[in-house]
Amino acid sequence: MNYIKILIGSFLILGFAVNVTAQDLAKGKKIYETRCLVCHQADGGGVPNMNAPLDGSSNVVGNDLARLVRIIKGGYSEKIALDGMYYSNAMTANPDFKDADIANVLSYIRTSWSNKATVVTEAQVIAAKNKK
Amino acid sequence: MKNVKIFLVFVFAAITLASNAQNNAGLKLPAGFKATLFADTIGSARHIAITPNGVLFAKLMYPNKAGKSIIRLEDKNKDGVADNITGWGKYGGTGIFVKGKSLYATSDNDIYLYQLNEKDEVIDTAKPKTIVKGLLAKNQHASKSITLDGQGNIYVNIGAYSNACQEKDRMPGSKGMMPCPILDSAGGIWKFDGIKENQVYGDGKRYATGLRNVVGLDWNKQTNSLFVMQHGRDQLNSFYPTLYTDAQNAELPAETMYELHEGDNAGWPYVYFDPYQKKKMLSPEYGGDGKKEGGENAINPTVFFPAHMAPNALLFYTGNQFPEKYKNGAFIAFHGSWNRAPLPQEGYFVAFVPFKDGKPNGEWEIFANGFSGLTGDEKVKNPRNAKARPCGLAQGPDGSLYVSDDNKGSIFKISYSK
Repeated sequence: MNYIKILIGSFLILGFAVNVTAQDLAKGKKIYETRCLVCHQADGGGVPNMNAPLDGSSNVVGNDLARLVRIIKGGYSEKIALDGMYYSNAMTANPDFKDADIANVLSYIRTSWSNKATVVTEAQVIAAKNKK
Repeated sequence: MKNVKIFLVFVFAAITLASNAQNNAGLKLPAGFKATLFADTIGSARHIAITPNGVLFAKLMYPNKAGKSIIRLEDKNKDGVADNITGWGKYGGTGIFVKGKSLYATSDNDIYLYQLNEKDEVIDTAKPKTIVKGLLAKNQHASKSITLDGQGNIYVNIGAYSNACQEKDRMPGSKGMMPCPILDSAGGIWKFDGIKENQVYGDGKRYATGLRNVVGLDWNKQTNSLFVMQHGRDQLNSFYPTLYTDAQNAELPAETMYELHEGDNAGWPYVYFDPYQKKKMLSPEYGGDGKKEGGENAINPTVFFPAHMAPNALLFYTGNQFPEKYKNGAFIAFHGSWNRAPLPQEGYFVAFVPFKDGKPNGEWEIFANGFSGLTGDEKVKNPRNAKARPCGLAQGPDGSLYVSDDNKGSIFKISYSK
């Protein structure tokens, strides 16, 4: 049991140290502030009934990376049901985002505010894009 | 000992009640005005309407916890707090309007008509008449607000399912479509017969066009014309960062009030109104750069307000209770902004514009503030932190003004006494 804990611990540390640096998170924050904040707001709380929240969102902290990558890159134009509420605004697409940008901004939003999900690497973004 | 405790509980309750009355349900109002919390947590209360007997109806955006989407509120003991609250309906929506014993309510697609009895109770909640059906509702700006004129015609906004009629909505660099095809079926006000059943688009008339999204509208009985409040476009800085800074986007474009006559065009999506240059500017999606003017055939606003504040209700005050300056003036409920971020948000208040002989007569001012629940002059930074968001307005038979909130589901009653 302890062995597993240590293994997971090292993995997490390695994950942060090797693949997602503080610099990457800072880049993610910068992208968030210039491209996402205007709709999703400084506290990640979104706008009731219009723009979906990221803070506490089951989608954002969930495991469907392929969907998150698809939405960030291509936008979203349907009414979305999320955690018992509906959000009606269309989300802007970000076709110019590189895989590393998506990884950095995902890492930022998944670990900010009350979110405590795992960070995301560029390799994971590439893998998610190839998954159908 | 027990008696003392009970006594203390009573004293405490009395003090709480008294302070609620004293603090005007948390609102900041001009001298002489008082507010009570008429109702609380009734659901996402959008527009409201009141019968001549003082019975208030609220339309909810979604059915509330009890599964009801139209709420009837009555204050039988006349203490300023509703004491008889019932409801029905399973469809969400925004619009509600009372004319005599007719109660109109809207979903995002349809307009329904309920008949009231002499006590202003709905005779058959399960079987309304369908007045209009099949109106366009594509997520964005889908809600339908309504008002009636004195001739039995009903006016309904059909919001544009787009921000600026780009080929791809809210996509950076995507051009504006020319002509904008959305305007054929949305982005305007449509006029229908108020009584005829089962009308569709073909039975109505596009009364006015070039309106991105209207939520607040009212028929002005003095001018005998329709006035509307438009929600201006978003994201000039996000899509055109070389033309507009964050600070400019926070102030552009103005939220605008229009007086409409049949056939009028307010200019969306081709132009927006700049409150500093006081001109209609060509939208960047159509080749604009913040300096080029446009909209030669479009009408000018009657009044304009700071950007993005989201005017969700308009009411011309015809009562006798408020001081003379309010007579025939316009109250506007500003739901509150989000698109001013990263700058602090604005709105979350009820504004007033004095009118004389059907024209604005002086600057607009904040009438009721404090809905957000923040203290002092603190501004809303993030919309979800606002406690209440003003959304609907109605005038009671005694001249009191009611304000609905679609966040916590409060109804505020504002009254004046010398």
